[in-house]
Amino acid sequence: MSDLSSEGQPEEARAAVETPFRRFASEFFESKVATAALVLLSLIIALSLLAPWITPQNPYDLAQVDVLDGRLPPGSQAFAGYTMWLGSDGAGRDLFSAILYGLRISLAVGVTSGFIALLIGMGVGLIAAYAGGRVETVIMRVVDLQLSFPATLVALMLVAILGKGIDKIILALVVAQWAYYARTVRASALVERRKEYVEAAACLGLSHGRIVFRHILPNCLAPLIVVGTVQVASAIALEATLSFLGVGLPQTEPSLGVLIANGFEYMMSGRYWISVFPGLALLLTVVTINLVGDHLRDVLNPRLKR
Amino acid sequence: MTLAVTGLRTHFFTRAGVVKAVDGVDFTVGPGEVLGLVGESGSGKSITGFSILGLIDPPGRVVEGSIRFQGEELVGASEAAMRAIRGNRIAMIFQDPMMTLNPVLRIDTQMIEAIQAHDRIDRDDAHRRARDALGQVGIPSPEERLRAYPHELSGGMRQRVAIAIAFLNEPALIIADEPTTALDVTIQAQIIHEAQALCRHSGTALIWITHDLAVVAGLADRIAVMYAGRVVEQGATDDVIDRPAHPYTVGLLGSAPSANPRGQRLRQIPGMPPNVLSLPEGCAFRARCEHADPACMEAPRISADGDRAYRCHHPRIGGVP
Amino acid sequence: MTVFIIRRLMQAVFVVFLMSVIVFFGVNVIGNPIDMLVSPDADQQDIAEAIARLGLDRPIHEQYWRFLMGALEGDLGRSFIFGEPALKLILAHMPATLELAFASLVMALVIGIPLGLYAGLYPDGIASRTIMAGSILGFSLPTFWVGLMFIMVFAVMLGWLPSTGRGDTAVILGIETSLATRDGWSHILMPALNLALTNIALAIRLTRAGVREAMGQDYVKFARAKGLSTRRIVFVHVLKNIMIPIVTVIGLEFGALIAFSVITETIFAWPGMGKLLIDSIIQLDRPVVVAYLMVVVLLFVLINLIVDIVYSILDPRVRLQDQRS
Repeated sequence: MSDLSSEGQPEEARAAVETPFRRFASEFFESKVATAALVLLSLIIALSLLAPWITPQNPYDLAQVDVLDGRLPPGSQAFAGYTMWLGSDGAGRDLFSAILYGLRISLAVGVTSGFIALLIGMGVGLIAAYAGGRVETVIMRVVDLQLSFPATLVALMLVAILGKGIDKIILALVVAQWAYYARTVRASALVERRKEYVEAAACLGLSHGRIVFRHILPNCLAPLIVVGTVQVASAIALEATLSFLGVGLPQTEPSLGVLIANGFEYMMSGRYWISVFPGLALLLTVVTINLVGDHLRDVLNPRLKR
Repeated sequence: MTLAVTGLRTHFFTRAGVVKAVDGVDFTVGPGEVLGLVGESGSGKSITGFSILGLIDPPGRVVEGSIRFQGEELVGASEAAMRAIRGNRIAMIFQDPMMTLNPVLRIDTQMIEAIQAHDRIDRDDAHRRARDALGQVGIPSPEERLRAYPHELSGGMRQRVAIAIAFLNEPALIIADEPTTALDVTIQAQIIHEAQALCRHSGTALIWITHDLAVVAGLADRIAVMYAGRVVEQGATDDVIDRPAHPYTVGLLGSAPSANPRGQRLRQIPGMPPNVLSLPEGCAFRARCEHADPACMEAPRISADGDRAYRCHHPRIGGVP
Repeated sequence: MTVFIIRRLMQAVFVVFLMSVIVFFGVNVIGNPIDMLVSPDADQQDIAEAIARLGLDRPIHEQYWRFLMGALEGDLGRSFIFGEPALKLILAHMPATLELAFASLVMALVIGIPLGLYAGLYPDGIASRTIMAGSILGFSLPTFWVGLMFIMVFAVMLGWLPSTGRGDTAVILGIETSLATRDGWSHILMPALNLALTNIALAIRLTRAGVREAMGQDYVKFARAKGLSTRRIVFVHVLKNIMIPIVTVIGLEFGALIAFSVITETIFAWPGMGKLLIDSIIQLDRPVVVAYLMVVVLLFVLINLIVDIVYSILDPRVRLQDQRS
């Protein structure tokens, strides 16, 4: 056995020269699909952030919208002179502009609710894992109970109780999602907690806070990142769904879901583009986030490593 | 001759490289004969068994050699031809009786399907044959056991069922892959005894694969010792046990607990079995052999002396050290 | 077995009780109870009367007690819009939803299992890769978007299938169902498939993983060593083993299907409880919303209970453990 471990050493030494991030990055970019998804996702995010500077019109500035431009097919000329590559909606808004502005709202809602849910879920999960005993039992019962209902149903229940509005939607999404984070964090925190170095740290008399934040939490980050990406994608899809159903964001906050809902009535008369293009934007966003998240899981999960 | 294996090579083409699991195996088994195929885990003995039945799945495949069974060549035979042979003329018994019976099918289903796969007989006749087979392997109230699910039987009982299934179609050859390793010692002895008696009675040839020389010493007519995918020594059981030629066989015999005086540390073969992904040039046992010298850099050929054969430049014939 | 069922039953009752607390307090503490219980067009005097009549001046725990007692008697309030008892309204819309959920459950199994089986048996083929890529899409595409595309392609562009409504129904085996008529079939096909998408993807993945795991098991090697045909090995030995977890998991999804049918019903104007819920939320018909939530919670808990029991019947090992305990 002893000569085996000495054989392994030079290899480990070589690996140590690479930083963990570099190794992670090179492993990530090994997959062409994931790389393409990441590039596309970055492009989508950049476009939505830069929307006010790159769109031909601000679709919510009434001075820039002309009702006469309404329902024009893709490639039409707007009254103001620019080309509407994706056509226009019922109110005469340029769809390309409306989609980029909608993306901003969709992404903002998804990321904000995902982040708040992450913070809450992480806190609760850590408390459960670290406190153990009855506290843990009660917390995990609640988590399990909530997870036995689909997130869509939980969110629907909440909007049914709370009503419309961007703050209420974010709250509904947070409540619908925190349990996934809590379960993830608790599972990986439990694994870490049982490791000897944590016991050793406790024996050294380190404070609970220090042990949790310096030792346990960093080791939960990988699964958290993976769950986080997937949950943000599902938050975006869920918000779009609620908005499409008419119980999500109001017309004053036209996310992609609202745009798709607005276009739905025109679909029957063959004016497909008003619904289809915002739908494609939503689709690309959700699918690319999922692809990136899926591959992150493969790269970050040490158990899957060969 | 029931079975003649010559120059068999079965390789696995994995992403990490070619695993030469079986890399030159020759042996023969005559009617009613019991061959003990002995080796450490990873020596290729189980793969040899599966190769005979044509049950090697990709990325593995038999790359070379010949397996002649009752005059018929099995290497390259069609899947339909192999299926007609499996369970009918060559049967197999596996190591872990907990895993070999399907947990959600009743014993009768699993026995009757084995009969009906090869014989056009009706369910009632097949049922009767299954019941008789269970009785033969010493299972009390077989009618009741037939209606049981595997998890309702003990490990020893399940292995008896597996043996009964193997004997169902009166095969000419049975390959038993460590069938007693997972069982208690007392049950082990019973099972070995029963298998032996059944083979004698029916004239079935038996290949008993094991890592335990002591088990086959009392059971086999002949022994073949495998190391790193090759048969390194074979011969009549008494010859191999009393006058081992290959240093590896010597080591195996020396490390058996019964061969060691009480109170002393068990003797063991130094080092680890070689990595089958990168077998060293020459004799694979070289690194662990106390008699190795530069000559061993070249792979030893088979030296045959009548029924006796071994692959070694420095055979130990003449006495156990 | 009886002990097992009784224990599960008690858990179920507790969960329903808990959810009634959450819904009640959600309505009364977070939302404005008057909004919930009185029509929005009521004037000041009506509201004052309603507060006294409904006992809203009473302490909150007393109010909850009244709510609970009412609920136990099947009284969950009256719909503002239809003027009928909310519960009766929900129950009247339930068969359409159950029919849709059931049709899509069957569809998920009938489409998903064969595809998963194929992908598991030939994991490296192009067809298998296509199936698996499709199943990833099935998970990540928003249901409502796919429903929209169905309508666009099959109803608007090709004109093959009607885009809205339930179609004609007829009675078979005492159940009024659209599965009994040709027109009903043409109406249910798209919504059922739309609702089934996630579960088709799930069934594909479960089946594929199950097949791949089972094919490596000793009992499959032993079955092959017995000389059985591939067909018998796959359809008897492998399928019988993996069907139990697949049916359990997909069965568990029945509750989720009822929840997700809210989306599908709204897109395809399917007259079930889900569409009723959305209409009621939008029209502020709050008693119906509360009634829907309680009914769905009850359904969910019941389904979980049934799946637990069915599982113990399907798997002989679970049964045995029960006999011993």
